[in-house]
Amino acid sequence: MIEFHLDTHSGVSPYLQLVHQVRRSLRLGLLDVGDQLPTVKDVVAGIAINPNTVLKAYRELEYEGLVAARPGVGTFVTKTLGDGSAASYGPLRQDLQRWFAKARRAGLDDESIDALFQDTFRSAAREGVA
Amino acid sequence: MTSVVKAVGLGKRYGRRWALSDCTLDIPSGHVAGLVGPNGAGKTTLMQLVVGLLAPTTGAIEVLGTRPPASPAELARVGFVAQETPTYTALSVADHLRLGAHLNPTWDAALADRRIDRLGLDPRQRAGKLSGGQRAQLALTLAIAKRPELLILDEPVASLDPLARREFLQDLMESVAEHGLTVVLSSHLVADLERVCDYLIVLAAARVQLTGIVDDLLASHHRLTGPRRDPRRLPSDEEIIQASHTDRQSTFLVRTDAPILDPAWTVEHVGLEDLVLAYMGQATDTDRGRRPALAVRR
Repeated sequence: MIEFHLDTHSGVSPYLQLVHQVRRSLRLGLLDVGDQLPTVKDVVAGIAINPNTVLKAYRELEYEGLVAARPGVGTFVTKTLGDGSAASYGPLRQDLQRWFAKARRAGLDDESIDALFQDTFRSAAREGVA
Repeated sequence: MTSVVKAVGLGKRYGRRWALSDCTLDIPSGHVAGLVGPNGAGKTTLMQLVVGLLAPTTGAIEVLGTRPPASPAELARVGFVAQETPTYTALSVADHLRLGAHLNPTWDAALADRRIDRLGLDPRQRAGKLSGGQRAQLALTLAIAKRPELLILDEPVASLDPLARREFLQDLMESVAEHGLTVVLSSHLVADLERVCDYLIVLAAARVQLTGIVDDLLASHHRLTGPRRDPRRLPSDEEIIQASHTDRQSTFLVRTDAPILDPAWTVEHVGLEDLVLAYMGQATDTDRGRRPALAVRR
């Protein structure tokens, strides 16, 4: 079972935060097929959040095919995100490390690297490359 | 979705001062609606109009399909906890529950007992001896045990410490999940509202400035930062809520449903707190007859 938390200063809407947290747990292998997500009542009582927000997050995950609701029982994981992507993480990470080293040799500090990375990521996403 | 509170052109005047004017609202059922605004914006007036403690000067209001104040049967469908969560200081916790059972035709005694037990309140304790948090929980228990369809809470957490506040909201949300009731809750604490509310009403200067489903509002507002630009040169479908300029840079808070394509802008999410403050600021700026778009800061 995972536990949710909420960052009210992130500017990301609460339901998306819950969706991201489940996806992250799936990616990191903290959640596996067959695992149950906390019940709406538990989440609500745990972090003082609107029940509709939890329902909306679970519906979104269901729509993505990651979980399925069994009426009267709960919501269960039906698919993980780990398998396909984890295999390709290694080489990609190496590429990225090489690039970071290169950026450092070019004299960029942490903040400049982050700004350049974010900016490129965003413009690539805009062009539909990423 | 059916509406729980519906107001059209609602207004309330005290002498020459309008506490609330031209208020048009439609709160759908099943939501937890947050009512925010500066002091004196008309929040309490609006809540008292909803529960029928006040009669409107202009306009019309319908609550659960009828006009307040309604018959006792209709009143049983609405729960109300006034500011400062009032209780009777000389009466014990058990007396309060007995009173609730006598006054409310739909009283759920088992629910009330269960809540008091879980909160760890001593039934023999006088309400005057309870802490602020316990008193608020007692008032909430009374309001929930009458099993209303609509619950109105006027700043229920204002006087509570952060821990009591969190516990109160956890409890309230649990009741919403369990009984599916609609809640209207006023508060200054936007961080709390962001957690518990999925519907927002911003009141300022006696008027409704913004209303809607929180996720929709957050999705349609953006902060644009970029090289200085004349606000008139923004696309017409981007409504400017807030603008500030330095000699080189412009920052706009805009409302639009269309994607922002202009590559000159850095586009950011707007948090609920910034959104609320922007709309409150807009109201006071217009009050002073100053257009926010012309404010220049060097």
